[in-house]
Amino acid sequence: MHLAPETPIDLAENSKISAKNVEVYYGDTRAIKGVSLEIPERQVTALIGPSGCGKSTFLRSINRMNDVIEGCRVTGEIILDGQNILSPDVDVVYLRARVGMVFQRPNPFPKSIYDNVAYGPRIHKLTSSKSELDDIVEHSLKQAGLFDEVCDRLDEQGTGLSGGQQQRLCIARAVAVQPEVILMDEPCSALDPIATARIEELIDEMRQNYTIVMVTHSMQQAARVSQRTGFFHLGDLVEQGETTQIFTKPQDERTASYITGRIG
Amino acid sequence: MAGNHIVTSFDDDLNKLDSMIVEMGGLAEAQLAQAIDALVKRDAALAETIAARDTMIDDLEREVDLFTVEVLTRRQPLAADLRRVISALKAANDLERIGDLSRNICKRTMALSRVPAMGSAMGTVARMGHLVQEMIRNILDAYIAQDVAMADDVWKRDQEFDLLHTSLFRELLTYMMEDPRHITACTHLLFIAKNIERMGDHVTNIAEYIRLMVVGEVNEEARPKDDQSSLTVVSPE
Repeated sequence: MHLAPETPIDLAENSKISAKNVEVYYGDTRAIKGVSLEIPERQVTALIGPSGCGKSTFLRSINRMNDVIEGCRVTGEIILDGQNILSPDVDVVYLRARVGMVFQRPNPFPKSIYDNVAYGPRIHKLTSSKSELDDIVEHSLKQAGLFDEVCDRLDEQGTGLSGGQQQRLCIARAVAVQPEVILMDEPCSALDPIATARIEELIDEMRQNYTIVMVTHSMQQAARVSQRTGFFHLGDLVEQGETTQIFTKPQDERTASYITGRIG
Repeated sequence: MAGNHIVTSFDDDLNKLDSMIVEMGGLAEAQLAQAIDALVKRDAALAETIAARDTMIDDLEREVDLFTVEVLTRRQPLAADLRRVISALKAANDLERIGDLSRNICKRTMALSRVPAMGSAMGTVARMGHLVQEMIRNILDAYIAQDVAMADDVWKRDQEFDLLHTSLFRELLTYMMEDPRHITACTHLLFIAKNIERMGDHVTNIAEYIRLMVVGEVNEEARPKDDQSSLTVVSPE
């Protein structure tokens, strides 16, 4: 597993997502204050910060998940490959196929393992034949490192798997629609250390093909799997930088206090 | 860094690590002071007693090693905390080496006490010893105060030391050429001077860890060095 990027990356050239002065309001409350963040392509970006700091709210803005929350308003720009995804004419269904999401608690559909993975490709009509769909399901399960464990029981219920397997099933479901970006909101917080290690290994492999943005409460996890880290505090993005830099030599006193477990 | 840890026992651990380093440093300084004392007095018995005490420093170093591993395992420190633990681990190693070098001075003192004295050269060696002793004391103060300016000052001071070493080297070579019966004493004194000079290098290492610990970076500039002894030739008249 890689601990750090081999060479510092050129952010301007490798930016997959560029957030510019993003603000999120719940009614009159401003939950995110003028956040500008560069998310490089095919890297893992970790978002850390205390509960209620806005990191999950920000994450959900990247595939417009906040749209479904009443009274929630997002301003600023989030540029994905040159297009502002906050613009009203963006096809949100298509956007969510490009920007997949994995949640804190594994949430497989109460369907078979096969149907869980096939769900997205079916509704997005990505395949024209059963054999093509079979290939996508197998490929996605392999990418999620789950295929070998479930290949002889694809028709069993996804909810019957262990927690770690369910989470990998959710990752397979996310990758089945061939997204470019995968958002992960504390993907390991409900898992034991072994299942966590498997997911972390998986994330490290997946960054060859996907841009990954992950919210985590575990500083060690952020240090282990990400190449870049952003620290949120009270709705501000206090600091962003290379993960090694953030965890060995943070620039801002608030970051330093948070990651070393001090009273700020 | 401002503020204490939410988990107060973590602060206790870090403070304990600091105390261990200070204790080691205090012992290393005392060992050197007494080794020089025995050398100047040509007191073989005293030298033997002091040499035997080096195990106290060795034991402390092992304690620091074990405790560091424990702190790393239990606390998984990050940022300034991580740098502080790593610096302690490295500083302990240098202090242990300083202790070894003092022990070697004691052993050579036991040999020197059996051959004729080399008066003025001995004075220069003692002066070098006292200089490095002061450097050890100052670097420990800087370590505890986390004072980079003080550490940098010690780091630069190593240079005056190199100058003394070079002039002593010339002096001893001259004695040896004048009278081959001085060779035993002069050779031991050369090694002792080299030991002291090495101690100075260990002190400057600790100065560098202090910078790493406090500001998180290593010294970019090369340390001013003036030890010309490796290049010195003294030809017979």
